[in-house]
Amino acid sequence: MKNKTPAKKPPLSKGILGRVVKSVFKFYPRMLTIALVCIVFNAVVSSLPSLFMQRVFGALKDAVEQGVKWDAAWQSVMIPMFTLIGLYVLSLISGGLSKQLMAILTQGYLSKMRERMFNGMQDLPIRYFDTHNHGDIMSYYTNDIDSLRQMVAESLPQLLTSAVMVLTLFAIMLYYSVWLTLIVLFGIVCVMFVTKMVGGGAAKYFIGQQRAVAKTEGFVEEMMNGQKVVKVFCHEEEAKRDFDKVNEQLYDQTNRANRYANMLMPILGNIGHVLYVLVTLIGAIFILGSVDNVSISGSVFYETEGGIVTIGAGIVLLVAFLQTTRQFFNNINQVSQQVNSVVMGLAGASRVFALIDEQPEADDGYVDLVNVKEENGQLTECEERTGLWAWRHPHAADGTVTYTKLEGDVRMTEVDFGYTEDKIVLHDVSLYAKQGQKVAFVGATGAGKTTITNLLTRFYDIADGKIRYDGININKIKKSALRKSLGMVLQDTNLFTGTVMDNIRYGLLEATDEECIAAAKLAGAHDFITRLPEGYRTMLYQNGANLSQGQRQLISIARAAVADPPVMILDEATSSIDTRTEEIVQRGMDKLMEGRTVFVIAHRLSTVKNSNVIMVLEHGRVIERGTHEQLIAEKGQYYQLYTGAFELE
Amino acid sequence: MLKRLAKSIREYKTASILSPLFVIMEVVLECLIPFVIIYLGNAIEDGVVLWGTGWNLGIGQYAIILLAMAFLSLACGALAGAFCAKASAGFAKNLRKDIYYKVQEFSFENIDKFSTPSLVTRMTTDITNVQFSYMMIVRMAFRCPVMLVFSVVMAFVIGGSLAWIFVAVIPPLSLILFVVMKKAMPLFRRVFKKYDNLNESIQENVKGIRVVKSYVREDFEKQKFNAASEDLCVDFTKAERLLAWNNPVMQFFFYGVLSSVLILGCYLGIQSGSDMTWQISQLIVYGMQILMSLMMFSMVFVMIAMSVESARRITEVLNEESTLHNPENPVTEVANGAIDFDGVSFKYSASAERNVLEGVDLHIKSGETIGIIGGTGSSKTSLVNLISRLYDVSEGCVRVGGVDVREYDLTALRNQVAVVLQKNVLFSGTIKENLRWGNQDATDEELVEACKLAQADEFVRSFPDGYDSYIEQGGTNVSGGQKQRLCIARALLKKPKVLILDDSTSAVDTKTDALIRKAFREYIPETTKIIIAQRISSVEDADRILVMEGGRIVGIGTHKELLKNNDIYSEVYHSQTKGGKDDEE
Repeated sequence: MKNKTPAKKPPLSKGILGRVVKSVFKFYPRMLTIALVCIVFNAVVSSLPSLFMQRVFGALKDAVEQGVKWDAAWQSVMIPMFTLIGLYVLSLISGGLSKQLMAILTQGYLSKMRERMFNGMQDLPIRYFDTHNHGDIMSYYTNDIDSLRQMVAESLPQLLTSAVMVLTLFAIMLYYSVWLTLIVLFGIVCVMFVTKMVGGGAAKYFIGQQRAVAKTEGFVEEMMNGQKVVKVFCHEEEAKRDFDKVNEQLYDQTNRANRYANMLMPILGNIGHVLYVLVTLIGAIFILGSVDNVSISGSVFYETEGGIVTIGAGIVLLVAFLQTTRQFFNNINQVSQQVNSVVMGLAGASRVFALIDEQPEADDGYVDLVNVKEENGQLTECEERTGLWAWRHPHAADGTVTYTKLEGDVRMTEVDFGYTEDKIVLHDVSLYAKQGQKVAFVGATGAGKTTITNLLTRFYDIADGKIRYDGININKIKKSALRKSLGMVLQDTNLFTGTVMDNIRYGLLEATDEECIAAAKLAGAHDFITRLPEGYRTMLYQNGANLSQGQRQLISIARAAVADPPVMILDEATSSIDTRTEEIVQRGMDKLMEGRTVFVIAHRLSTVKNSNVIMVLEHGRVIERGTHEQLIAEKGQYYQLYTGAFELE
Repeated sequence: MLKRLAKSIREYKTASILSPLFVIMEVVLECLIPFVIIYLGNAIEDGVVLWGTGWNLGIGQYAIILLAMAFLSLACGALAGAFCAKASAGFAKNLRKDIYYKVQEFSFENIDKFSTPSLVTRMTTDITNVQFSYMMIVRMAFRCPVMLVFSVVMAFVIGGSLAWIFVAVIPPLSLILFVVMKKAMPLFRRVFKKYDNLNESIQENVKGIRVVKSYVREDFEKQKFNAASEDLCVDFTKAERLLAWNNPVMQFFFYGVLSSVLILGCYLGIQSGSDMTWQISQLIVYGMQILMSLMMFSMVFVMIAMSVESARRITEVLNEESTLHNPENPVTEVANGAIDFDGVSFKYSASAERNVLEGVDLHIKSGETIGIIGGTGSSKTSLVNLISRLYDVSEGCVRVGGVDVREYDLTALRNQVAVVLQKNVLFSGTIKENLRWGNQDATDEELVEACKLAQADEFVRSFPDGYDSYIEQGGTNVSGGQKQRLCIARALLKKPKVLILDDSTSAVDTKTDALIRKAFREYIPETTKIIIAQRISSVEDADRILVMEGGRIVGIGTHKELLKNNDIYSEVYHSQTKGGKDDEE
């Protein structure tokens, strides 16, 4: 709630790529292996055709030189041709298979990662949610997962394919001619230089663009929110002027970023052409100059037969080499294009892993809450819902189990607490609420009212002191059991997408429809629910955006009522819902409080007055305590609040 | 829709035209390069010199031509890219500006029609989508067809009848690409919808994590989420698998074309006794270009189709006409703060069935203080919104200073009738900047004076930076009561003849509330004050109090009169003071 710092980007560690691959492998060992084999195989097979193309062209040249017709020459053409077609078929099969496998694998992997993230997140302590910006948490599930998808589905396979092809093609180029290969290598160095220069420029401006976009969005959001105020103050012209400034900035950054990005493609493509021409030119010089070739295959630039130099073989070699050059170059381009998205994907992956690696909420409690039957003053554990609960307390020392009836007796003794170690926000707070008593917290914003409720539910753990629940130290109670025994109605109502009935049943999943309706009646929500278009089956979206604030609160009261816990924590609303609805909400709250131990953050005088004890808090200390009459008589802070000299927030 | 959008291109028309022109030049050069390469190849085979004479060009000359073409093509491509960036960024800028300016003209009715988040989305995400599409149109949409046509032409020039192979594959490949895209698009739309829902449910969970944890529903939430995630996965996989066929299909055609060109080329070459090595290898290059441009075209098509929805949402705002207009020859002086409602009925839209105000007659003298009380939906706010002409009446007329509000210049009217809205907003900036919204030229002394009246001076001075303290977006760093008082001060700076407070002191404690009203009485007695409140205490000392219910005034009088003869008023009064009574009993 306080100190929301924007999530820091975790450093990109080298192990992330390995971890991504490992985690994919863990989910899909067989599929990933087959897919990888297919990708590599496809890459190798796709780089071979130029070898056989050379043979085909050779056969064509021979036939033309010897003046033979198709009938005689077809075999020498068609044999390499068939090999070529065979390779194509293999490439198609392996390529198609790997694409299909990758599609299945990526989506499955992402889904599993999402589930791991979400499941892990459910077990994180409240502290995590209080100290992390919700927008940042959401971006794990949207931006980071998307960049992970991009990487796993496209960039990594493409990178692998290109890398394998670059290697194979490099070998083939060496196979043809070492000299020509060196020229190509020179070209590649140029390409890398240009990519780095232009790409770096683009990256710089893209970051600038991101900032400008965020700024514009912030501005637009603020102004649209205040549009009615703009109208009321006739502030339209000023609003336009301010907007133009922001808009112009965004234009400038976008223009620059895209300019660089758009220029990269034609530059790379045409460097490819230049390289092609250079290789041709130098190749031609080699052929004409009768340069001795150095190659693996023993291909030559010229042949000498009886003193006559023929260049046919050289030309065939050059054509084949050029074909390879083109392919080689395309793949180098691919690599340079994929590098960016792999880097982004890795950044996303490291954030996703950071979420998964967060420490879950620790729970050392061993005292559980169980249903019991009471027979002759003896408590016995049972399975069915009896409405009677007890703490099941196993004692490690002698192996016995004792049962303590759940009553709702809460004591806090000399509790100190701080959200961070260096800043204590609660000092020496003690309080006791016997079963069925009502404790009201009163004080200014930041006095520590909410903090106390955070400690009761063990959303946070105390630094010093003790909290006992029915005589048991709450650190010994399982958190799930503890929270089941406490009900909460918060000021900011949170409803979930689903029907009204679903939302009420959230309090007790086993509750029947009748029980839910009974709870709604108790809360005073039944009336308005039945007037909704589809009654209890009306769908709620976006935190019940189709309901009024008062109505949302009534549903949350019904939700707490159906859970029927012995202890309630209530946070009364401050905002002005109209007097009549407020009255209904208050009646609901009052009903809910009956017969329970209640801790209430009070904003309403009548609530405070009806409390057994009022705690006036200031700067994390209890400065006054007592009943309404006692405190009025004291003429202290409470008296001032009561007489309206202070804002009650 | 396109026409409306095209209006926003304006000064970027040149860039929008130059970009495709350069693209076309680049494509032409790119298509000519393989053609020249054949000549280069033939020059090599002829085994002649590096430098030829006359028309008999040598290898060196061809190389120079080629290099020149490559650099020219590079220049064209780079220029096209730069112009394209300028055109699309500029178009987006103008669109954003047009929407924003349009919204500034909107009346309250228009603003209500589009919700705030929807306006924000239109100005951000939707514009980004359209910008991207525009970039595609300017560059790719021209590049692909030109490349396709030119490559085919060149293929015929160098390959003669062999080029028919290319012509033959274009229809079936286009058809398959079209069918795949056609099938994939609705699939993807559905998937993205589900994806959004899933992310929304995550957001809901994050926001409501205290509820989840206090009801110990972690496992329940996990189950719910995992089911939704798996459901999404199934759909996503289906869509992705469909799209994954694109690539193999492309390859199949490419390999087919390549093999056919090779075999037929060899056959023709051998039969005619001519060496066609160079022609065939360059024909393959053209084949590649043809297929690639088909593929790109289909992708561009999908992207454009995906942004149509965004374009529609943008034009919806651009086409919206403001429902309020300044009159011709407007009155610019507001004589005094007298307000008259004569037989006023009002509904929010012409199509609404029920009037929210029905036959209201009300006469307020200049300088009077009027309190308004009533439940939610009793149309208190609707009533006062008519005074500064935030909405127009449906029937009857509202007069300020004896003149129908529809005859005033809007700015003049609203400067004299200051409203502190119920849902009030401070903007990010210093307190001074916020206050000066009321009056640009206000001196520091005037600011302090207004704040003193609104009982804000004391707390503002307690801030470390006093009046220069920075207010965060949405005023999150001041308390609700402080925010309300600053908003009142801001309105006071207008020195209005009528001041309307719409539930503007609800978070202010009763004592301060009383001090504010006292200051009003003492320092701005001539200003007509209208105070809407939930708390009786905020209005009980008003000259007259209106009680509203169901769009009608059901009671009017002083506090004492109403207590005696108005049931609703006395009921509200008793419910609010009940606590005190219990105590006395």
